[in-house]
Amino acid sequence: MAYSNIRYTEKVKHFTQYFGLLALLLLVWEALSRLGVIQPIILPPPSQIALVFYDLLKNGSLLKHIGISVLRVLEGFGIAAVLGLTLGMGIGLSQNLARMSDLIIQVIKPIPPIAWIPLAILWFGIGEQSKVFIIFLGAFFPVIINTIDGIRQTDHKLVEVARILEVSKSRFILEVVIPGAFPSIMTGLRVGLMVAWMCVVAAELIAASGGVGYLIMDARQLSQSDVVLVGMITIGIIGKLMDSIISWIEKKVITWKPVFIGV
Amino acid sequence: MNNNNSVRPKLLIENLSKSYWVNNDELKALQDINLTILNGEFVAIVGSSGCGKSTLLKIIAGLENGYKGTVLLGNEKISGPGLDRGMVFQEHRLLPWLTVEKNITFGIKDKKSKVTATTVSEHLDLVGLSGFANAYPFQLSGGMAQRVSIARALVNQPELLLFDEPFGSLDALTKIQMQKEVLRIWEAEKTTMILVTHDIDEAIFLGDRVVVMSSRPGTIRKIIPIDLLRPRDRSSYEFTQIRKAIYHEFFTEAEEPFSYAI
Ligand SMILES: Nc1ncnc2c1ncn2[C@@H]1O[C@H](COP(=O)(O)OP(=O)(O)O)[C@@H](O)[C@H]1O
Ligand SMILES: [Mg+2]
Repeated sequence: MAYSNIRYTEKVKHFTQYFGLLALLLLVWEALSRLGVIQPIILPPPSQIALVFYDLLKNGSLLKHIGISVLRVLEGFGIAAVLGLTLGMGIGLSQNLARMSDLIIQVIKPIPPIAWIPLAILWFGIGEQSKVFIIFLGAFFPVIINTIDGIRQTDHKLVEVARILEVSKSRFILEVVIPGAFPSIMTGLRVGLMVAWMCVVAAELIAASGGVGYLIMDARQLSQSDVVLVGMITIGIIGKLMDSIISWIEKKVITWKPVFIGV
Repeated sequence: MNNNNSVRPKLLIENLSKSYWVNNDELKALQDINLTILNGEFVAIVGSSGCGKSTLLKIIAGLENGYKGTVLLGNEKISGPGLDRGMVFQEHRLLPWLTVEKNITFGIKDKKSKVTATTVSEHLDLVGLSGFANAYPFQLSGGMAQRVSIARALVNQPELLLFDEPFGSLDALTKIQMQKEVLRIWEAEKTTMILVTHDIDEAIFLGDRVVVMSSRPGTIRKIIPIDLLRPRDRSSYEFTQIRKAIYHEFFTEAEEPFSYAI
């Protein structure tokens, strides 16, 4: 009995730690709004945002926008992940490919995806493709760069072991290089997915008629700051959920080391 | 069958020199090494840090190229790694993402190896770790991890097993136990073994001969045959006399330490 009690109080503590600060922030925000310190035109109170959120959910329009954006993010991120992983592995494993591609990657990487919008429209028109392209551009570089990095950090000591044991090249890549690079690859995927969401608003600047980014831009024109906030919070929540999925997969795969849980 | 098989040289090193180039300066890691190691022999090499012990082992293992001189394994010049040689390093170097069992099979899945998976459990037994087949390296103590690393090196049944300061990071008690186990394995498997160490007691306890190296440039200073019966008693008169002689190779009278314990 005592044991399960301790478990229970631990759980309550963790729950409080996890949501407490956010809840406090919302309370203070709400209180300041009601006291008139924060003007609702500048920043609507949480209660108003919640109401709008509920309305948009109920009439189905929010879900429709979410569906459109999630699809775009998954497409752009999916292409970025596949291309980033394969190219990153090739470049990570081959000195020649690395020398050939380094300059191109380094020069294109700092260009913000939003700067690509004019070209994206010229190349792909104003349909889905150009939006997916912008999201792809954002997600691609974190994935490829972390993949190359992870492979380059292959432990030289393990390379010697593999050479001594005359392990074949394919098994060397599959059993030494990729598992060693795995944490770095997962970091690349998580950052890539995050940037993909950051690019959604930019992508939906291109003649969109749906999507959470469109919802925000549309509401901006109508000065509906509560709808803007609903859109922002929606992106935040979905981004967080998707990140949780990746980190859950990572935890399931990496069973070979104890996890650092803080000092 | 050749009766001379057991005394035929397993490894022949003649006039071996190896230099590294660091910032255009030549660093003579090894100079004029001559050493013949017989089939089934246990040779211990002692020397201070930086005298080229690891370099010598890496050349024998086939990991280092670009040396001068001759290194023959059997009758063949060493030109790269091979399953006829196994190596155990100071760190266990197990793959963190593979279980103990998979780490041992890591080197035997390719066609080049003639070993089957059933020998894996025999080798786990041999190093006393039968219950740990499914453990990950992070769950093992330093001594256990080093046993797995020995099993991994043995499972291909190499003719020559190289140890590079294998017990250097273990505590004193575990170290002594591991030395005994290596002797047991050597007697059971009849593998030719070369063990590099900076621990003089370890060298005398294990070796048929102790090769004393000196540094800058790395050369062989002396080769001392150890004609003591095994298991050797570290506190016996003969053992201490040999220990004393080897210490004299490292320290001149004036700087000789009062106590031989390091
Ligand atoms: N890859 C390398 N490049 C340059 N110098 C090296 C390299 N490997 C070893 N050395 C140098 O060669 C000498 C012998 O090294 P090593 O064989 O590791 O010595 P030991 O194992 O006896 O401590 C040292 O001075 C070391 O700095
Ligand atoms: Mg060394």
